[in-house]
Amino acid sequence: MSPEVSTKAPKTGLASLGLDPKPNAPLLEIEDLRTHFELANGTVHAVDGVSLQVHRRTTLGIVGESGSGKTVLSRSAMGLLQAANLAQSGEVRYQGHDIVGMPEKQRRRLWGTEMAMVFQDPMTSLNPVMKIGQQITESLRYHLGMSKSEARETALAGLRAVGIPAAEQRIDEYPHQLSGGMRQRVTIAVALACGPKLLFADEPTTALDVTVQAQILDLLDHQRRERNMGMILVTHDLGVVAGRADVVAVMYAGQVVELAPTEELFTHVRMPYTEALLQAIPKLNQPSHTKLNVISGRPPDLIRPPKGCRFAPRCPYAQPKCIAEAPPLVESSTPGHFYRCWFPVNTSADDAPVNGNHQDTKNQAGHAETTASPLVGSQQGTASQAGGVEVATAASATVTDHQIFPVESGATDDTDDVKD
Amino acid sequence: MSEPGTAQLRDQSLLRVEHLVVEFPAGRGRKVHAVSDFSIDLAEGETLGLVGESGCGKSTTGRAIMQLPPPTSGSVSFGGTEFTKLSKRELRRQRPRMQMIFQDPISSLNPRRKVGDIVAEPLEIWEIGTPEERQAKVREVLDACGLDPDATMDKYPHEFSGGQCQRICVARALVLDPEVIICDEPVSALDVSVQAQILNLLEDMKDRYGLTLVFIAHDLAVVKNVSDRVAVMYLGKLCETGTPEEVYGSPAHPYTAALLASIPSPEFRADEEREPPLSGELPSPIDPPSGCRFRTRCPSAQEICGRVEPEVRDVGGGHYVACHFPLVGEVSADAANEPVAVDA
Repeated sequence: MSPEVSTKAPKTGLASLGLDPKPNAPLLEIEDLRTHFELANGTVHAVDGVSLQVHRRTTLGIVGESGSGKTVLSRSAMGLLQAANLAQSGEVRYQGHDIVGMPEKQRRRLWGTEMAMVFQDPMTSLNPVMKIGQQITESLRYHLGMSKSEARETALAGLRAVGIPAAEQRIDEYPHQLSGGMRQRVTIAVALACGPKLLFADEPTTALDVTVQAQILDLLDHQRRERNMGMILVTHDLGVVAGRADVVAVMYAGQVVELAPTEELFTHVRMPYTEALLQAIPKLNQPSHTKLNVISGRPPDLIRPPKGCRFAPRCPYAQPKCIAEAPPLVESSTPGHFYRCWFPVNTSADDAPVNGNHQDTKNQAGHAETTASPLVGSQQGTASQAGGVEVATAASATVTDHQIFPVESGATDDTDDVKD
Repeated sequence: MSEPGTAQLRDQSLLRVEHLVVEFPAGRGRKVHAVSDFSIDLAEGETLGLVGESGCGKSTTGRAIMQLPPPTSGSVSFGGTEFTKLSKRELRRQRPRMQMIFQDPISSLNPRRKVGDIVAEPLEIWEIGTPEERQAKVREVLDACGLDPDATMDKYPHEFSGGQCQRICVARALVLDPEVIICDEPVSALDVSVQAQILNLLEDMKDRYGLTLVFIAHDLAVVKNVSDRVAVMYLGKLCETGTPEEVYGSPAHPYTAALLASIPSPEFRADEEREPPLSGELPSPIDPPSGCRFRTRCPSAQEICGRVEPEVRDVGGGHYVACHFPLVGEVSADAANEPVAVDA
């Protein structure tokens, strides 16, 4: 693949496409992105209408369980997916320029120099029969047109920057000669080699021990600050994003269900799913043998996602309305905090869209550990539904969301049909 | 060089592991020292949590207790029976008393057999009861594990999610009414929401069937949740053992403290509070450091740590540590007699 490089002019990057970064545009802007896979038995809605932004020098954390679509989201945002059965819509704008509609040849020129990715498993993402130095110089020579010796010097500096001891010696070793943590440092060096402005880290520490995990997360954070990068940190571990991300998006069944600045998210959870996830994690400050709160049931089938709220079948607060209508992503009274729920939790009396409702359902939830969505208190639910719709519609003005908003008049009637 | 000793062992115990050594050949006459002089015991009805990084020998310890394979040396005494001295035949007769649950629930179930047959197999091997009684027992354990027997028995493992497969593994382990179950990372392949279900299930089963558990995991919070006693391992050695409150609340070994400081907490905290994590990586178990094996990464290591292996000592309240300079309690007698150590 790699052609002879005669000039030192970069062959890649936004500039090589004749594009300039648009002023005031966020580093990466994802708008109503849908990534679907057509299978024989239906369409998998892996990513279903996600809108997110990443700004320079900030970290966006994407959290979700397996199958929530977080990995497909990060790969489609970088334009890495290629499959015959892939159907994509929506926009991903890098510095203001859409890359979803871009031909692959052009998109390829953004990889490495503009955006790069660190994968989960360092053993499978490194080439086992290639010296690690070569794996770094490959992209330097190709993307930046460096000479052999220049590329080697840069690779050495890169290895030192990611904390590899005796880099002069390590550069000529093969991946199997390194430990798991060292290998992940090498993949980070590979990703950072061409100086990307946006780094995707997809479960970068899942395969590593807890002490090494802390080292790698610190390294990523340090490099992000040093290089003024934007970063997308994808993980299933809420603990990983808690200390490292500026903004956190929680994904469930292909959608963003909650999005907030990290501190706000962890102190004022609104989405019942996020709350349930946090309660399911054993915590060090709890005494031993503390009964954990469980989320009953399983994530939905992404071929036929539930018609209403996708979390409703497992939600302890679910009401008939939740089964009937999909809630839109709305902004709470705290700017920047979005959630996708008709009956959010931790709502205080003054800013409550559904006054009183949550207090009662919260009590129910305490006892409903193992039974899925009791769907009780439907009278109360009906009473508060009107309130929920009003608020949702009011908030919708401020949110770009592509959900179809419910028709207020029909809302109460529909619920009874779907209830069973 | 002194020995770690067995100060941590109690008089009354169901399972007693003493001076356990497991070594594997590493070619060219070298040996992997997977577990070196490790001693621990379990009282009846207790859950022992075994924690440490990968490669610390925690899984090997679990397997050596099961005699899979038998340890290189040391003793495993279970209810008065010395397992390491039994003949193959006698050992086999003891096997139903101890069962094991593995990390990957999907690969530890035979994909070509129905769930009902998988769970019934131990009963068939041991020819326990009539076919009807076996059926009834299988239904009982499946039901206890939160699975509907009618909906599961005629299905194959691939029709279930990871969490449900782990329930099937728990049911299979329970069907022979064992006394001890060794759980080797039973939740590390599962999502957090499913992990909570399995942890709760294990606790329920422990109460219902009066089980004694060895719970091996690398996740300290998970271990704290299920354990009555915690043992922290590093490079084949015991660092520290005690109640979860003692070990987590006031860690005595610098390694335990470093492990605890490395855990990303799901509660938001500001960046500046973060302590520096442990630097470096696990040394090779083929050529482990002399003296205290943790000294190469230890922030409080001194000259004596390289020469004299620390003995396991009581630091109060059933809390034992193998360290010359523990964070709780006094320096070891060895270290106190060292003029060099006092100087530094």
